[in-house]
Amino acid sequence: MINTDILIIGAGPTGLFTVFEAGLLKLKCHLIDALPQAGGQCSEIYPKKPIYDIPAFPEILAGELVDNLMKQIEPFQPGFTLGERAETIDKQEDGTFIVTTNKGTKHRAPVVAIAGGLGSFEPRKPPIANIVKYEDHGVEYIIRDPEMYRDKDVVIAGGGDSALDWSIFLTDVAKSVTLIHRRNEFRGALDSVEKVQELKNLGKIELITPAEVVDITGTEKVEAVSVKRNGEIFNRPCDHFIPLFGLAPKLGPIADWGLEIEKNAIKVDNSLDYQTNIPGIYAIGDVNTYPGKLKLILCGFHEATLMCQSAYQRIHPDKRYVMKYTTVGGVEGFDGSKKEAPKAVVKAIE
Amino acid sequence: MQDIKITIIDREGEEHLVDAPTDMNMNVMEIVRSYELAPEGTIGVCGGMAMCASCQCYVLSNHELPKKSDEEEAMLAEAFYVEDNSRLGCQIRITPQLDGLKVQLAPES
Ligand SMILES: Cc1cc2nc3c(=O)[nH]c(=O)nc-3n(C[C@H](O)[C@H](O)[C@H](O)COP(=O)(O)OP(=O)(O)OC[C@H]3O[C@@H](n4cnc5c(N)ncnc54)[C@H](O)[C@@H]3O)c2cc1C
Ligand code: FES
Repeated sequence: MINTDILIIGAGPTGLFTVFEAGLLKLKCHLIDALPQAGGQCSEIYPKKPIYDIPAFPEILAGELVDNLMKQIEPFQPGFTLGERAETIDKQEDGTFIVTTNKGTKHRAPVVAIAGGLGSFEPRKPPIANIVKYEDHGVEYIIRDPEMYRDKDVVIAGGGDSALDWSIFLTDVAKSVTLIHRRNEFRGALDSVEKVQELKNLGKIELITPAEVVDITGTEKVEAVSVKRNGEIFNRPCDHFIPLFGLAPKLGPIADWGLEIEKNAIKVDNSLDYQTNIPGIYAIGDVNTYPGKLKLILCGFHEATLMCQSAYQRIHPDKRYVMKYTTVGGVEGFDGSKKEAPKAVVKAIE
Repeated sequence: MQDIKITIIDREGEEHLVDAPTDMNMNVMEIVRSYELAPEGTIGVCGGMAMCASCQCYVLSNHELPKKSDEEEAMLAEAFYVEDNSRLGCQIRITPQLDGLKVQLAPES
């Protein structure tokens, strides 16, 4: 069981900045994210795009913003459960919550901050009628363990970076790799496209374009896919079919936690502290809604700051806390580090 | 500048005739969002960068639309339920020439 003061669901910019604000109040944080890396939409959708409306940064790449946030929260040593989706929440008799992920990891905290953005990122599934039947029986949307494909016939579908990169990688592992894409052009990094071309010339990757997989066959598990090219359909025997069409956010299990939901977002009390209808559970950043809500990074930061003050009072009902400026109070990390403004020296002039 | 009228058929098949401003640098995806014709989070996921295809729509009228950019072509090649008349709504800027445009939102994927 992982124990912490504030359990944050979602390691996007809002979740990450919460660690800092909580840290100033000496509260420990742990973050859960379905993605294998921190940064939320900034890292997953647009890491190389510049953002122009972060106060005091005339321009900053989304990826850089996340790197900076990670550096800023380092002294507060947050814990991370990455690559797992928060699935269930249970309130205990002592008032704490236990959040369990889809992989069974359990976390306990007196305060839960949902910073889930547009939801957890889930693979986009191609509209093949019987695809669900073969999930985990030869159809995988995410490659977790490449060894699974050793000496197997693998068909990959997609035209972006992950389809190209995994096709390249699996040539050294699988018996055969076939890459199917609806166009002759790919939109991945130029060197990946060139590498696939080279492997195709060497006969290590079979490229089928312009084409798409329209059906899957097999009794227990995938035995073949049907490929449509130029109006003709043919069978392609394989052990695995890996559609790599990117990820799309879905609110997912959080929608069933008994929270008040409006337009795919969690209703909160923004006149006070961004608490949901369940005391002790807050919702901040893109995932919440209230009159006038704007889905902007800066709003997430603001909401995180106010929420932490309220969380502090919840955790320490008998203590009074007065907000301090970091300029005056400095930043004291849990790792023993201390940052503070240098004191002005007063020296007598003789 | 004046508003134009465009018709949007939502994912439930319901037809909406809406006013679209031509002087606000808006696109079809943003019009759908501003009139809330699709649930939050199901359209405009990439903010209009031709990177998600959540705004895919079928163009039903005969308007002359700007040519597809390479990014739009590439995204449509990875999208599902693509037809010959598929476009990304975020890549169609609202201009006076589009008065009377009729589009249908593609299924969510
Ligand atoms: C293309 C694009 C451009 C943008 N440009 C700007 C801009 O210029 N300026 C600006 O201010 N904003 C911009 N935004 C919006 C900005 O990215 C969001 O406001 C911001 O990312 C919200 O942060 P967040 O931390 O609240 O949520 P997110 O960044 O969405 O992070 C939420 C995280 O929670 C995780 N999660 C959700 N549910 C679960 C669960 N059940 N279990 C585990 N993990 C879960 C998700 O995997 C995700 O990583 C842009 C967005 C996009 C898509
Ligand atoms: S909004 Fe993402 S492609 Fe149009």
